[in-house]
Amino acid sequence: MPTANKDRSPVPARAANTQSLARRQFVFDSARLLCGVGVLGLGLAGYAKQARARPPLAVRPPGAAAEDDFLGACIRCGMCVRDCPYNILELATPESPIATGTPYFTARSGPCEMCEDIPCVKACPTGALDHSLTDINQSRMGLAVLSDQETCLNFLGLRCDVCYRVCPVIDKAITLELRPNTRTGRHAMFIPTVHSEHCTGCGKCESACVTEEASIRVLPAKLVKGSLGEHYRLGWEEKSKAGGHSLVEDRELVDLPDRLPEGVHLEGHFDPGSDPLPAGVPAGGPALPSLPPGLGGPAAPGSGLNQLPAEAPR
Amino acid sequence: MNSKRAGAEAVASKGWVAAHRWLLARRLCQLALLALFLLGPLAAVWIVKGNLAYSLTLDSLPLTDPYVLLQSLLAGNWPEKLALIGALIVIVFYFLVGGRVYCAWVCPINPLTDLAGWLRRRLGIKGSAHVSRSSRYWILAMTLLLASLTGSIVWELVNPVSMLHRGLLFGLGATWVVVLAVFLFDLFVMSRGWCGHLCPVGAFYSLLAKGSPLRVTASRRAACNDCMDCFEVCPEPQVIRPALKGAGKGIGPVILASNCTNCGRCIDVCSKDVFTFGLRFNNPPENGTQGEPTAATSGH
Repeated sequence: MPTANKDRSPVPARAANTQSLARRQFVFDSARLLCGVGVLGLGLAGYAKQARARPPLAVRPPGAAAEDDFLGACIRCGMCVRDCPYNILELATPESPIATGTPYFTARSGPCEMCEDIPCVKACPTGALDHSLTDINQSRMGLAVLSDQETCLNFLGLRCDVCYRVCPVIDKAITLELRPNTRTGRHAMFIPTVHSEHCTGCGKCESACVTEEASIRVLPAKLVKGSLGEHYRLGWEEKSKAGGHSLVEDRELVDLPDRLPEGVHLEGHFDPGSDPLPAGVPAGGPALPSLPPGLGGPAAPGSGLNQLPAEAPR
Repeated sequence: MNSKRAGAEAVASKGWVAAHRWLLARRLCQLALLALFLLGPLAAVWIVKGNLAYSLTLDSLPLTDPYVLLQSLLAGNWPEKLALIGALIVIVFYFLVGGRVYCAWVCPINPLTDLAGWLRRRLGIKGSAHVSRSSRYWILAMTLLLASLTGSIVWELVNPVSMLHRGLLFGLGATWVVVLAVFLFDLFVMSRGWCGHLCPVGAFYSLLAKGSPLRVTASRRAACNDCMDCFEVCPEPQVIRPALKGAGKGIGPVILASNCTNCGRCIDVCSKDVFTFGLRFNNPPENGTQGEPTAATSGH
């Protein structure tokens, strides 16, 4: 009350003293509070930073933004979990290494069934799952990678093909690429090959993989996808862009001799820079293709079926 | 140990049920809400989907926790329309009934901290770490700051309130450790520590109570016999004094402090029926000064 204070205007020394003591106490208390809350905040921020590192085998539902944005948008309500008709989604519990309360699925135990109406995205109230995703084939939950060529049955020359068969985007997201089987010398290997422009990361391949540990896995695209770099030009693509004209072969190029270790002779390898020209090819002619004989190049003398490239070209 | 338990007088004069009326109503409300949420996952009757962060009732009524939505907004995300409508409904509702009604009538942590408070009284556990009750507002500010600085909803990583509710509906995991920690903290370290001093969720909802019409009022404060039972049971005892003892200072009988949770325990334990639910506008400062209690404000 201001009036009460005015009445005793000459402040006694002791009262002034207690006043300053009270002020000191207030400052100290406030400092204590701020420091305490500050330390708590620092700890939380550190924990939050850890929590951003999502384990690679936890896959976010379709339409999930990049992890950093997702953790700013998801309010952990679990609506996506409830509206998933196959019950594959879970909310992370505090002990799991995923940000607490956020939804995820594990492809190996339950992959996304790729519902056409995408109910999980529709259920999301915050847009953490992007509502502009209306075609499930456009979702990018991750990227399948044939992560173990040592155990993949198709890489061993068998016809498993399971990952290819179960792929919802069959023949686009996974194709079987034929390679000569150099072990038998007479068979083909059907190499499951993932194409990132079509793979949705649903995880059906990983779930269906017959090996004890999956040989094909859905991983965060950021973790596995390489990038050529802006400056790269692929000759064959440039050629087709240029209407079939190779940007290279149109010029007068000198083909230098291929450098091989001394005394090594590769069977079937044709090096127009140093090998004598096959019979019937005029010397000094333009644009001699440097393909090995039998693979589009000129037939080399003595070529046979066993002269396949030692390594399948990637 | 207290020689006499808080509320004993009220039990003697009104009977046990009448002396626990609001407590029973509150527990019933908490249980009913939880049951409504659990009906889906346990019995596949989907009246309510989601949890306290966001829920959809009968596929048409959205309810959003405005606090978590605010953090999401600060983190740089614009929500869908339903979430905004839900937050608006919740804000209006808690403005009308008192923001911290969420704490006393809805929050799943409340029964546990109430139990800790009750045990503290029964076991006579003395001593409590001293931390200002305004800490919660600093923590609230810190969580909002963290959301905007880091771009992610940091508080939800550790929030025991949402963690427990989510855990009960979606799988508890190690949530019980966090909940037990809060309980033991309240029991041994700080009296009414979590809900009364630290929880930023309660702090946020208390802000919604500024100007709430529905308040507890000490409308018959002249009848107060200074038994102190209401102070004993109140989770925020500092809110009572101005209203109850303010007759001589020209302060009206309505508990205007926004940290009153409208739990109604003071109404229960008062043998003189000093308190009642009322409206904040019915707040005559002269109430109780004439020595004759004015007519109690009508119920809610």
